[in-house]
Amino acid sequence: MVIAQVPEIHIHQSELLPESGLPDNRPTEQSAQQKASAIRAYLLSRGNSALADRGFHWLMVLCALSIFGIVVLIAFELMERSKLAWGAFGLDFFYKAYIDTFSGKPMYWDPVNSHFSALPFLYGTLVSSILALLLAVPLAIGVAVFLTEMCPGFLRAPLAFITELLAAIPSVIYGFWAVSALVPLMKVYVNPALIKTLGWTGLFADDNPTGLGFLTSGIILAIMILPIVSSLTREVMTAVPSSQREAVLALGATRWEMIRTGVLRNARIGIVGAIILGLGRALGETMAVAMVIGNSPQIQRSLLANGSTMSAVIANEFAEASSDLHLSALMELGLALFIVTIIVNAFARMLVWMVTRGTPSSVH
Amino acid sequence: MRAKIRTLIDGAATGLAVLATVLVVAPLVAIFVYLVYKGAVSLNWAFFTHNPVPVGETGGGMANAIVGSAILLGVGSLIGIPVGIAGGIFLAEFGRGTKLANAIRFTADVLNGVPSIVMGIAVYSLVVIPQGHFSAFSGGVALGIMMIPTVCRTTEEMLLMVPHAVREAALALGVPNWRSVLSITVRTASAGIITGCMLAFARVAGETAPLIFTAFGNVGWSEKLSEPIAALPLQIYVYALSPYDEWHRLAWAGALVLIVLIVLAVSLVRYVTSRGVLKGAS
Repeated sequence: MVIAQVPEIHIHQSELLPESGLPDNRPTEQSAQQKASAIRAYLLSRGNSALADRGFHWLMVLCALSIFGIVVLIAFELMERSKLAWGAFGLDFFYKAYIDTFSGKPMYWDPVNSHFSALPFLYGTLVSSILALLLAVPLAIGVAVFLTEMCPGFLRAPLAFITELLAAIPSVIYGFWAVSALVPLMKVYVNPALIKTLGWTGLFADDNPTGLGFLTSGIILAIMILPIVSSLTREVMTAVPSSQREAVLALGATRWEMIRTGVLRNARIGIVGAIILGLGRALGETMAVAMVIGNSPQIQRSLLANGSTMSAVIANEFAEASSDLHLSALMELGLALFIVTIIVNAFARMLVWMVTRGTPSSVH
Repeated sequence: MRAKIRTLIDGAATGLAVLATVLVVAPLVAIFVYLVYKGAVSLNWAFFTHNPVPVGETGGGMANAIVGSAILLGVGSLIGIPVGIAGGIFLAEFGRGTKLANAIRFTADVLNGVPSIVMGIAVYSLVVIPQGHFSAFSGGVALGIMMIPTVCRTTEEMLLMVPHAVREAALALGVPNWRSVLSITVRTASAGIITGCMLAFARVAGETAPLIFTAFGNVGWSEKLSEPIAALPLQIYVYALSPYDEWHRLAWAGALVLIVLIVLAVSLVRYVTSRGVLKGAS
């Protein structure tokens, strides 16, 4: 009688299957799993100590839902606290600057006269992050290509370990390293050389002898996002089925042609995702940037000039904000940063997912 | 001729990939060695046993910051680890394949990418403003919230490695589902879950941004949850930006302590996941 019940329970099995996406060409294992899951479903349906089970289930659901709760709570709190600045400046906060009536120069961030504009911080965040991407992305893809396609086996594990390790080193330690080693290096060698050779572009002006600035923070950001971009790129490249590689090689392609047409082209959506994820990291990175960007709210064409970023200004001024409006303006910057990083991360995760979730990739 | 060009391009591409790897790995290793070297020459016993001394005096240590960090991480773990593990249990045991679970997994990943400074100001407005002053408790809350997504996701991954047969064996013996989850499935994956927690712990141990306006820092000794408290990364930040060599030395020593913690956690995780004890049963 009991045995007769078992087949009916197959309805529930879809919930119990692991969704890791076993490839379809392994029917034997999968059907074994299905059979096993049906037994489990049958046993679950017997309602043994139903109350305790249900309570436990809901407790777990509650804890999982708390993750939603955290996101909503953060958004709500930041919106509440930034109302004051929003009321005072509205959307102007993000694109207009207050023009000083005496000097005729724009004043961006002026706690003394209670005028706040996010412009220089948006600019600084964008410039340092883009510099970081320009430096990190080609290198990261090169490393990923080497590790997945060319690397001798004995090197792979240690190199992967090193990347993982470097991704975990705290921001403040990178910042400390930058202050004591990178900044002097930039000051004495790199910046003078850039001014001499590329000074005519206007991007490297000779007016900041400190060695701090956009370029230095771009470099430290590049070092910090390299591990994550390269390990994610590696992940999506590994997800490309080897049949693709074999097919391209069988047509007589060289190894590079195989990588270009068989691997990179199939994994490109995921690679874009990895790059955007790196951008998300760079946008929100705080301590290291705050230590080397120079912290002055200005917009300068020169990459060697001092600047500031959204996260750096929050870190520097929040604890000693001079007025409620000042605090509120910083909260609004935080809210903007929160929204931007949420969007960037969600978009990037979706792109990476599309590749690693086994959507059929095709050769073009 | 054409074949020759293709071979040349192939060689050039290989060369570029190798060059990129060398360009990346060499400086990264150099940074790592530099950090360890600087820390090793700076570290001494007084670092662990003495409080900071005023500028101008030599000696002193970061005993207060180490205790402070331990207290902050203790509070953070009390919040982050149970909630994170429970969330992971839901994702792996109850919600597998449902839309809700996918949405939660996605949100956890996105939350992981939210800058820590944003967490800091959110907790400031949530805990510090109602409380009226900076406190160790608010710092612990900030760290705890940051631990949840990491713990949740690693727990899920570890639980997914537990073969179905183990669960079925438990259920077949008439064990209620909640006991089977807690004492069989979670127990089987416990090594992985513990190392996952350690990884989350090591990551937040180095977080500075969320502590600046929650725990705030303290030059003296404090163990009270309701008062501002010193923390290792905060102290490193302050000392690193100071112009005093003696303070730089202490900051290097502090950095080494954090790095050792991280190396331990990362190697443990690799060891546990590569050993494949969990897969062995299937």
